[in-house]
Amino acid sequence: MLRTAIHASGLVKWFGEGEAKTTALKEVSLEAFFGEMLYIVGPSGSGKTTLLSVLSGILRPNAGNVSVEGADIWTLDANQLADFRLNKLGFVFQDYHLFPRLTTAENVAIPLILRRIQWDKALNDATKYLDIVGLHGKAELPPLKLSGGEQQRVAIARAIVGQPDILIMDEPTASLDGETGRAIVGFVRENILNDHRCIVIVTHDSRIYEYADRTLEMEDGRLTAAKKVQDEN
Amino acid sequence: MKGILKLAYKLVVNDKSKFTALLAGITFAVFLMMFVTSMFGGVMNHSAATVINIGAPIWVMDPSVENPLNTVGIPDYVLDAVRSMQGVKYAVPLYSGSALLKLSDGAYQPAMIIGLDDTSLYGRPELIQGKIQDIYAEGGFVAVKDADFPKLGNPHIGTEFELNDHRAVVVGIAKVSTSSLFGLPTLYTTYYRCLQYIPNPRYTISYVLIVPQSASDIPRIKEQAKALGYLALTKDEFIGRTVDFYIFHSGFGMNLLIITAVSFIVGLSVSGQTFYTFILENLERFGALKAIGTTNRELVSIILFQAAFTSLTGYGLGVGLCVTLIGIAKLRMPEYAAMVTAFSVIVPFLMVVVITAISSYFGVRRVLAIEPFEIFRG
Repeated sequence: MLRTAIHASGLVKWFGEGEAKTTALKEVSLEAFFGEMLYIVGPSGSGKTTLLSVLSGILRPNAGNVSVEGADIWTLDANQLADFRLNKLGFVFQDYHLFPRLTTAENVAIPLILRRIQWDKALNDATKYLDIVGLHGKAELPPLKLSGGEQQRVAIARAIVGQPDILIMDEPTASLDGETGRAIVGFVRENILNDHRCIVIVTHDSRIYEYADRTLEMEDGRLTAAKKVQDEN
Repeated sequence: MKGILKLAYKLVVNDKSKFTALLAGITFAVFLMMFVTSMFGGVMNHSAATVINIGAPIWVMDPSVENPLNTVGIPDYVLDAVRSMQGVKYAVPLYSGSALLKLSDGAYQPAMIIGLDDTSLYGRPELIQGKIQDIYAEGGFVAVKDADFPKLGNPHIGTEFELNDHRAVVVGIAKVSTSSLFGLPTLYTTYYRCLQYIPNPRYTISYVLIVPQSASDIPRIKEQAKALGYLALTKDEFIGRTVDFYIFHSGFGMNLLIITAVSFIVGLSVSGQTFYTFILENLERFGALKAIGTTNRELVSIILFQAAFTSLTGYGLGVGLCVTLIGIAKLRMPEYAAMVTAFSVIVPFLMVVVITAISSYFGVRRVLAIEPFEIFRG
């Protein structure tokens, strides 16, 4: 029995007013479950990133609602939303957004520090997570001394160090070559995904589609198709 | 919050080039401002040397007097009138003027001559050589050992000189807390000897010095002096009047204002611009922090801490540098005019607070305006 992680229904989001009005999401509904790796795919401008932002409590929809583990997140105020994102979600950004002047361990420790965990303990935990993502011995290096794939692993470590229930990954392979991209996503599937975690990935990189449990296709602000990878196989 | 502030600290300090530029800007601005205000404080202190050294609580003078060097004679009856005023414990005359001395080697040297009340010697300096009663001896003068003392030929007790063809002799060497501003050596003698030795106009009293019965009598004494057509000022008021004269009736005030403005502009432009660039360079990362779950309050705390930390560190360095240089200068030249005062420490601090506020205001505005959604959109 699959447990629902995210439930979204009737999501509508538009930008601008009058003639400049653009509707990015048109009555989008979906469910994501714990233990699955859900892909949202589609061409540029199809509304993937907008959907991801709405699902993760970053962008307020004009209509519809989003429940995470049964709680409607868009009834929360700004501080409660920040708290929700900090404690329930982990983010991996397309460009990593690591602080170049901090060490990799300090970068990874940021979510823990924001949770008021003591500095030394946060760094210890961060170092352990760097080991988990295969960056043993690189805790003291600045991110710029690492390769693109390694920086992506640092970003993943930062996303999971707080043990979030839901991991949000935005174009995780966009800055990586094919082999490294596949290795990273394969690693996430093997080591990060578990029965208590849901991973939502926005991508248009077809080279990594094989790792998805389920893929939702978007076009022009609507979900056009949903399929299980196993169905194809 | 401690961890977040440590994070903020590392973010700004680890960016060594920007941190150095920030510190350099603030340090230079603080140094410049503190140095000029210290110099101003020192010069003002020296300009009021007579008032400080004599130390009388109340000074009665002609209303047109703007500083201690610019004396206007007061008729003798004013002294009698002041002595009869309610609230006056006692009052004495003071002579203050300059004269040309002929030293034993034949050289001429202008000097500041202070004539003390013959009866009380009120306002006499502290002697380091000789006995004060010798001032009553024929031609007795006390020389002040300050930076200008060597101009008298480094006199000792018994050294003779001429003053308007009168024989004068050094009977004591004294020290005072503040030397005079314009590089003149100072000599003390009695009031009546000044009248005998120095050609004088019709009215000879430079100031009437008053010791009130109590502090509460001061307003009444001032009113009575005003009714008499004269001005009675407390010691601090007279020093303030002197400072005002130099600020508003000399080029000093304008120069001070210009240098203050220059140091402020330098500090703000270098530090403000560098700090703003630092924020801009990290804007997307701040957006990422926002997406991760940092509240606006925490982001504001981070930026304010960074701005305050760099500014206060720069302030400390600027103050340290200025104090060190003034200290070294005073070791070499004991009467070097610069003097670190509360004013010269507080004014740069206020400037730093303003620079910090302006720098962080623009940084905070940018960071609060960024939408985490923009981070996803790349």
